[in-house]
Amino acid sequence: MKKLIIALAASAALLGGFSTGAQAQEKKKVCFIYVGSKTDGGWTQAHDIGRQELQKTLGDKIETPYLENVPEGPDAERAIERMARSGCAMIFTTSFGFMDATVKVAAKFPDVKFEHATGFKAAPNLATYNSRFYEGRYIQGQIAAKMSKKGLAGYIASFPIPEVVMGINAFELGAKSINPNFKLKVVWANTWFDPGKEADAAKALIDQGVDILTQHTDTTAPMQVAAERGIPAFGQASDMIAAGPKTQLTAIVDTWGAYYIKRTQALLDGTWKSEQIWDGLKDGILTMAPYTNMPDDVKAMAEETEAKIKSGELHPFTGPINKQDGSPWLKAGEKPEDGVLLGMNFYVEGVDDKLPQ
Amino acid sequence: MRIELQKRARVSTLFSIVSPILALALTLVFGGIMFWLLGKSPLGALHSFFIEPLLEVWSLHELAIKAAPLILIGVGLAVCYRSNNWNIGAEGQFTIGAITGSILPVLNPDWHSPLILPLMLVMGMLGGALYAGIPALLKTRFNTNEILTSLMLVYIAQLFLDWLVRGPWRDPQGYNFPQTKSFQIEAVLPEILASGRAHWAFIFAIVAAIALWFMMRFMLKGFEVSVLGQSERAGRFAGFSARKMVWFSMLLSGALAGLAGISEVSGSIGHVQPSISPGYGFTAIIVAFLGRLNPLGIIASGLVLALTYLGGEAAQLSIGISDKVSRVFQGLLLFFVLSCDTLIHYRIRLHFGRTRPAEVAG
Amino acid sequence: MFEAILLTVITASTPLVIAALGELVTERAGVLNLGVEGMMIMGAVCAFATAQLTGSPYLGILGGILGGGLFSLLFGFLTLTLVANQVATGLALTILGLGLSGQIGESFVGQSGIKLQPIAIPFLSQLPLVGRVLFAQDLTFYLSIALVIGISWFLFKSRAGLKVRAIGDNHGSAHALGIHVIRTRYLAVLFGGACAGLAGAQLSLVYTPQWVENMSAGRGWIALALVVFASWRPWRVLAGGYLFGAVTIGQLHAQAFGLGVPSQLLSALPYAATIVVLIIISHNRRTTLINTPASLGKPFVPER
Repeated sequence: MKKLIIALAASAALLGGFSTGAQAQEKKKVCFIYVGSKTDGGWTQAHDIGRQELQKTLGDKIETPYLENVPEGPDAERAIERMARSGCAMIFTTSFGFMDATVKVAAKFPDVKFEHATGFKAAPNLATYNSRFYEGRYIQGQIAAKMSKKGLAGYIASFPIPEVVMGINAFELGAKSINPNFKLKVVWANTWFDPGKEADAAKALIDQGVDILTQHTDTTAPMQVAAERGIPAFGQASDMIAAGPKTQLTAIVDTWGAYYIKRTQALLDGTWKSEQIWDGLKDGILTMAPYTNMPDDVKAMAEETEAKIKSGELHPFTGPINKQDGSPWLKAGEKPEDGVLLGMNFYVEGVDDKLPQ
Repeated sequence: MRIELQKRARVSTLFSIVSPILALALTLVFGGIMFWLLGKSPLGALHSFFIEPLLEVWSLHELAIKAAPLILIGVGLAVCYRSNNWNIGAEGQFTIGAITGSILPVLNPDWHSPLILPLMLVMGMLGGALYAGIPALLKTRFNTNEILTSLMLVYIAQLFLDWLVRGPWRDPQGYNFPQTKSFQIEAVLPEILASGRAHWAFIFAIVAAIALWFMMRFMLKGFEVSVLGQSERAGRFAGFSARKMVWFSMLLSGALAGLAGISEVSGSIGHVQPSISPGYGFTAIIVAFLGRLNPLGIIASGLVLALTYLGGEAAQLSIGISDKVSRVFQGLLLFFVLSCDTLIHYRIRLHFGRTRPAEVAG
Repeated sequence: MFEAILLTVITASTPLVIAALGELVTERAGVLNLGVEGMMIMGAVCAFATAQLTGSPYLGILGGILGGGLFSLLFGFLTLTLVANQVATGLALTILGLGLSGQIGESFVGQSGIKLQPIAIPFLSQLPLVGRVLFAQDLTFYLSIALVIGISWFLFKSRAGLKVRAIGDNHGSAHALGIHVIRTRYLAVLFGGACAGLAGAQLSLVYTPQWVENMSAGRGWIALALVVFASWRPWRVLAGGYLFGAVTIGQLHAQAFGLGVPSQLLSALPYAATIVVLIIISHNRRTTLINTPASLGKPFVPER
């Protein structure tokens, strides 16, 4: 009985659509699944801002339902499947931990398009996308080397995964391009999201003598601590200038919106293809927050580096680069393959920490 | 107005049945008002919460998947709590069970034998039991409070798991991301029916619940649990040992939590990763009490709680009710169930008007 | 550097100490409220919201206390009036608190909070070594110390405190002696909730002046553990809280120092340390039994 009513309603809607001819199709659903809260001030919020941009730009053709705070594991698989069954035409799964769940559901629903952020498993209806965050970290490293009097920066890291290690290395390489003796202290907070612990880590680093701070965790707590202690710092995932108006030098801002619009347009045009996309500064998938609280010459240098990275003239990982123990990794002028970067599990020379293995 | 309770001479059978229905009705009314205040259709919201997840076969499978660990852990905890042992670290035992159960497939990915799965399950149970054995040992040997030690061990287990999958167990072909290789097909807990994902963990849960119900109801051991739980002294007169009971109940609940852990990893996830449980070990404590520490009741309460998780998701997708509201709604349901259960043991009298001083006592 | 580290430890330990002290009084009256995490997060969001709306962090503190206190009455009504199971109700309170706080705080996310400023006590704060650490702190720190002293005096020196302990040890006899068991327990629960709320206010106004969902991040559970760890003695709560804070901060310093030990191992240290100290303390069966409230977690219905 219920099914009958739904069927009747659906056909009525269809008939209505055809008869007026104005809206030949009902709105397509483009769905998003988040690992955190959409107001976490970091990773998930950046994705949600992207979704809102998408909704604003293509809102007359699509709807954008979402699920937040979905735990990684079997819950994710169920949530994604529910989306696929509820008529989503395309589903963005925005956390690495959703990878296997996305792969499994994608195999069951060949007509639905899937896009998984930061993963490495693909299928004909499953694309992956990622952002070259390390490009921004390199610029941060250069600024840090110019701004730090001691040549010693503190890095609050979340978990030892390649993306984070890559960021630490890029920061150190950027810094060393200005000051070859630059050192970096790393503290692993073992969390993406715990303001108290992040603040404690920031204080510990400052107490150990670093005079500039950067973070790869998601809340603004470290920025607040830096502001209080009066040392400069870099923001992460979103522009954190509000937490440190006199503190933030710049921030890596994840700007997924352009990408979401591009892919949704492709879906609407029927030109969507499964691709493994790893975009960078030049594609606008990440942007640098305004360069603030620094002398003009430092700002000019940062802008120049940013322009060089965008034009492809500069690749942050260009040899000669030694590994932490001094053994050579890249020869002069050599650049690593993307696969090597994506699986990075070693430090470059100058990082004052032992990488958890 | 004043509320006064009067103990019933015996447990009311009528209210054993009426109380959950009353609780549900109250939840529907108050939940409906809440949704209405938030500008959502109350009927639509309640429909997505309680009906939508039950309408489709695949969703019923998902319900079984979500309920299985809750029931498995919950029935073990019920025995623990009945015997007055307060294991609240089932989450840690779940985690360790998942780890010890996964040793075989992670270290021997090329071992294709039908033996592997039963061995994994046994090792998972052993791991969970041993981990619960730590608070048992500390309680019997050093008189250390088990609430605290079992809780602390949860954090340690989670950090150990984290270290394992980011370090020694990491899949070398996985771009150094923190997860192990996917288990070989022989190491995956099979699905029960072809129509969905539900796997054998649900059967384990039902069997465990019935077995423990039988034990509590008809076996001497069950009697021993109840007597020692009510009064250690009385138990001693009957010749029961409270010390042995600590071991029995902790090892039992640990083993079941461990079984839930390895079943979840093997059946639902297929590899080991840093986050394997959205707090099943803690939610199961509520499940145990909602089921009034009765194994059969726990089957029902586990299913209901699982339903609210699925329903929360459905409501978020179909009418945009945020997950925070879902959690508040879940809290409401729990509160109403807990308070309505009062009716089973007590008569409630409402007194209006001023209270006389003599009545204030108490 | 030593002074700076000490200040960090104090900030990290204060919320644990305050919340644990509140729970200690609740448990001394024989009520086990496992909902500390939920009351704490409600305190955090109410404090932050009040401070943002009024512009005064002190009103914020008050808001946090009220928020945590009122929320605890829900627990009180269920467990004391309706004699629902305390363990289950406490856990449900945490679920409800986490959801409700997220809902209340939604519009405050991303706002920069107002930090509660330290108050330097004249003269004393000039003392060498300890001056700045002990006498130039914010209100919550002073309150935590006052609470330790006040609760010790109240429980062990005052008549009312004696009644609270009598109820916790044997509510039947206390009732027979004419002590208002339920009323006293309500007050004890309320006090516990207010303290948890104050601890939450410290999180969102001092520790990290901002509001984000789940920002208590398990500190309520640690506070619960501290109570047992301290075997229900206020001064030991203080010691335990600072020990836990010191180990937490110490492991971060060990990392920044570059010791090269797995960070998970270091993160696990505070928990392992708690267990070890607990074993040492509870080894002596008699002292533990003396301090443990015998009626803890047991329901009470006056017979008529």
